[in-house]
Amino acid sequence: MTITEAPRIVTRRLGRDRSWTLESYLADGGYQGLRKALTMTPEDIHDQVNTANILGRGGAGFEAGRKWGMVRPAQPVYLAVNGDESEPATFKDHALIEGDPHQLIEGAVICAYVIGAAQVFIYVRGEFPLGIERLQAALNEAYAYGAVGRRIFGSDFSVDVVVHPGAGAYICGEETALLESLEGKRGYPRIKPPYFPAALGLYGAPTVVNNVETLSNLPWVVLNGGDGFAALGEGRSKGTKLIALAGHVKRPGNYELEWAKVTFRDLIFDPRLGGGMRDDNNLKAIIPGGVSSPWIGPEHLDVTLANDEIAKIGSMAGSGSVIPMDHTACPVRAAWRIVRFFHRESCGQCTPCREGSGWLDKILERIEAGRGRESDLDLLMDVCDNISPGVSWPPAQTTICVLGPSMPPSVAAGIRMFRDEYLTHIRDGRCPFPPDRLPRRLARV
Amino acid sequence: MPRLSPDNIQRAQELMSLYPDARSALIPVLHVLQEQDGYLSEEGMQHVAEIFGLTAAEVRGTASFYDLFHFEPVGRYLVAVCTNIACMLQGAYRLLEHIEERLGIAPGGTTPDGMFSLEDAECLALCGNAPCVTVNWRFFGDVDPEGFDRLVEDLRAGRLDDEVPPHGTLSRVRRSVGLTAGVDAAWDGSAPARPKDRAALEDGTVAERPPAASPPQAVDLSTRRSTPATASLEAAHLGES
Repeated sequence: MTITEAPRIVTRRLGRDRSWTLESYLADGGYQGLRKALTMTPEDIHDQVNTANILGRGGAGFEAGRKWGMVRPAQPVYLAVNGDESEPATFKDHALIEGDPHQLIEGAVICAYVIGAAQVFIYVRGEFPLGIERLQAALNEAYAYGAVGRRIFGSDFSVDVVVHPGAGAYICGEETALLESLEGKRGYPRIKPPYFPAALGLYGAPTVVNNVETLSNLPWVVLNGGDGFAALGEGRSKGTKLIALAGHVKRPGNYELEWAKVTFRDLIFDPRLGGGMRDDNNLKAIIPGGVSSPWIGPEHLDVTLANDEIAKIGSMAGSGSVIPMDHTACPVRAAWRIVRFFHRESCGQCTPCREGSGWLDKILERIEAGRGRESDLDLLMDVCDNISPGVSWPPAQTTICVLGPSMPPSVAAGIRMFRDEYLTHIRDGRCPFPPDRLPRRLARV
Repeated sequence: MPRLSPDNIQRAQELMSLYPDARSALIPVLHVLQEQDGYLSEEGMQHVAEIFGLTAAEVRGTASFYDLFHFEPVGRYLVAVCTNIACMLQGAYRLLEHIEERLGIAPGGTTPDGMFSLEDAECLALCGNAPCVTVNWRFFGDVDPEGFDRLVEDLRAGRLDDEVPPHGTLSRVRRSVGLTAGVDAAWDGSAPARPKDRAALEDGTVAERPPAASPPQAVDLSTRRSTPATASLEAAHLGES
């Protein structure tokens, strides 16, 4: 069992006494990675990161080193840190921002050194005020300590870091929407091409946008080498991954696990991890990588948590959020709530997403309320097809960004896996499942 | 006080100086306005527009995209109940029903005494402690009906004032140091310096910014509430056992 053998890279300090303070960070060897980085050339560090093969931890899984390599040779260059974590049931960056802000600052400054950034903007979701406070307090300390600002640790490298609060918009986690928001505008995703902010980003300048967890790995990678990171994991999935486990398990929480070594079965049933399904109920389905990912059934329990392995079964590792649902979960209600989320968060630029999300929301709601029609299943698939032609995976796109195509998977997977349950709703004129129960009330019954 | 106070105008100018393009500070400055008044008033947004050299429509048009901004006064405590998938699976709608009955209002409403407003929220990223609730965006996890009732009593009695600042207060910690990215002759008397390239930063033409006039408040950032960080530690420790 490899669950506990790998070192914890990004979470090792979480929950320690006043872990967010400089004093605590330095006591644990903080800022040694940055000190070492400043003795290396940016190219050397870039090589190490390429060797480490850190796949972006935000959801898309793009190689961080490759992204850095795409920076258009022009001045200035910016680094935008994506801390707008809003994917439902993903709560890993929230923990890293609140629990170890200095680690994030150190990682961001290392990245800024490699790409030659003039300024770093840490975009933090507005719903995380404690995270914003701790990050700002940490930044104030880091400046005073000489880890940020002019001539960092006496080197020739200078960089300014700004903590930038968002104001509540899921779409601002999309990197071009994040940049629009950072420019003080509505968070509308930008039309592609250009595909990569590394070519044309903030204020039209080359910009790297990296996720909080991605950057939090960097101090460790610099200290232990890209080889040390690549020695963990398998295939393209190197290092460790922070898995946000929620849903119907006994022990939900964030678990940092060696990537590509642990199966869904381990994650859900190992007593050190998920501890099994609540009440020892039957596992019905798993949402394996954030609510944008197609659901998988219990037959895939032995698939390992790795980008390529999950892709092989027609889904994705995504943001690292895993939601197991037990046999009392209603697939219509779950799909409805997911679609409703996208409906509320659609920015409204593209018709298929803006209108399609509303249609899906209404149709699923009426099926769940017992007012569905037999033709509704075809209608749902037809609307899905208009949002993402073919309703295939990976999804085809008719919209500026991937928010729209993120809706069909939960609808289509639900209908494919639980068609009979959809039909029961329609034929019986009511939902056959019990209302969702509060966990504590359940424990007392 | 619908327009920004002199102190908050100063804060707005400091925020604008942090960015190569001052407009980037628009959302942070709107947070300052919301902290001052608890919501964004028309007159306040008009004032912000003047400060930025924008039209009031541009300011409102930007603000209205974002869920955290309110255009009408809200209660002293804004209670947001997450009903997204992870919390829903743990009975969030039952909890919401209880809260509606307890407060006597539906999502979008405010109690007659002005104490509480209620929102039905999207995922708040505390899914390891579902169902969860935030009050003025401060987190409370593993909430059941009895727990919510206790929370209401604690809020009414002011027992959580140190951890739950008034609605609109995003950060009690202010930036105290750093480089100025933008133009602010008041700080160094030199010509406007913008870090359009690294050379400008490295040769020192970008001014070191002295500490802000008001030192950062001494805020204890520890918390008695559940946070993802503490939940992780528990998970991690048990993981080692």
